[in-house]
Amino acid sequence: MPSVTWAGRSHQLAAGETVLDGLLRNGIEIAHACKAGSCGSCMLRAVAGEIAARAQVGLKDSWKTRGYFLSCMCVPEASLELAEVGAEARIPAQITAVDHLSDDVLRIRLLPERAFEFRAGQYLTLIRDSGLARSYSLASLPNERELELHVRLIPHGRMSTWLNQPETIGSNVQLQGPSGECFYVPGREEQPLLLAGAGTGLAPLWGIVHDALQQGHTGPIHLFHGALRPGGLYLREQLEALAASRSHFSYTPTVLNGPEEGRISVGAIDSIIGTTYPKLVGWRGFVCGDPTLVRSLKRKLFLAGIAMGDIYSDAFLPSV
Amino acid sequence: MHIMSTSNATLFEQLGGQAAVEAAVDNFYRKVLVDERVAHFFDDVDMDRQRGKQKAFLTMAFGGPHNYSGKDMRTGHARLVAMGLNDSHFDAIVELLGGTLKEMGVADELIGQVAAIAESTRADVLGK
Repeated sequence: MPSVTWAGRSHQLAAGETVLDGLLRNGIEIAHACKAGSCGSCMLRAVAGEIAARAQVGLKDSWKTRGYFLSCMCVPEASLELAEVGAEARIPAQITAVDHLSDDVLRIRLLPERAFEFRAGQYLTLIRDSGLARSYSLASLPNERELELHVRLIPHGRMSTWLNQPETIGSNVQLQGPSGECFYVPGREEQPLLLAGAGTGLAPLWGIVHDALQQGHTGPIHLFHGALRPGGLYLREQLEALAASRSHFSYTPTVLNGPEEGRISVGAIDSIIGTTYPKLVGWRGFVCGDPTLVRSLKRKLFLAGIAMGDIYSDAFLPSV
Repeated sequence: MHIMSTSNATLFEQLGGQAAVEAAVDNFYRKVLVDERVAHFFDDVDMDRQRGKQKAFLTMAFGGPHNYSGKDMRTGHARLVAMGLNDSHFDAIVELLGGTLKEMGVADELIGQVAAIAESTRADVLGK
């Protein structure tokens, strides 16, 4: 069996075991969250040994050549010597503001120590000193000074509970990323855009809508936001105001349960989209949020006629 | 207008090469997803990854470059065979493929050649 060397000590891996699982089993604290090669928080550096390509999917070329890899995706064939990721891969940032957007959604603002380059709609991984890491979509635009995240409060969630307290403001964290392929690509500016998401799936969609408007998109832009109850439809007033001021932007808030109220549509978000637009040939689609919903929406949009290459999505994977 | 003789062109060239695969794949995949006979085999798959597989399949069936072996076909479909994949499902896929090409205006004679290539994989796909 191959072994991995960490901080001068060698550890045997079990058959088929990933580097991350092997280190955790030996009591070594390595930041991690999704264990699915998506969040990037378990990234390590190999200073000696071979890394298979599948453990480097999605990493920047400059990182790959320096031996960076995702330890949750790496089952090495031969022994490795490992090091922590260097300062170039993580940017220190300070939490400058925390407020409630709804009962269970927090808005977090962060000021990075140096420029954090990203495209609106991508996500980052926030890492605390303890090594606890979670991925969140960016709702802000690249030209804004502060970064904005929407964080769903999860009962007993270690990161969200920590974020939801006044003394967190002023704390320092590390940022890694960005990641994700769900963003607005300039060009074909007359193409109609459909954006759909539930819960904090709104965060990247909010960024993408504003990015498309700033970049001069002229085609219709229709955003559908779903929640269980009306109270979960956060940023609703701002989106209604945006729809009132920009004639080619439309906003449809939807709730799964509840009485008809104002302009809110009641029902499953995918059926509401299907009723509004039975045919979507030539459109571009963006879907974000819960993985089951993302899967069902992608299928719906594809069957309604959107080309697969025109569907951009981001499924929020649970932390494990 | 100069009319080029196509007698020396390969099937893949006559169909329009990789551009034809690109034009066909979304329509073919949509047909598969809504066809009651075969849709359930595609319920739990990642759509982006599946589209890549459909492209590879179409490229092969169009007579294009591929590196499938009979063994790949067997291992790749073993899970589906265990789910009950049989000749009737294979026939349905060949029919949907023909329908896709027909809609693209491909001549019947070429559709027949595509169907024959698809047919040549039947035993491996069904694990016979």
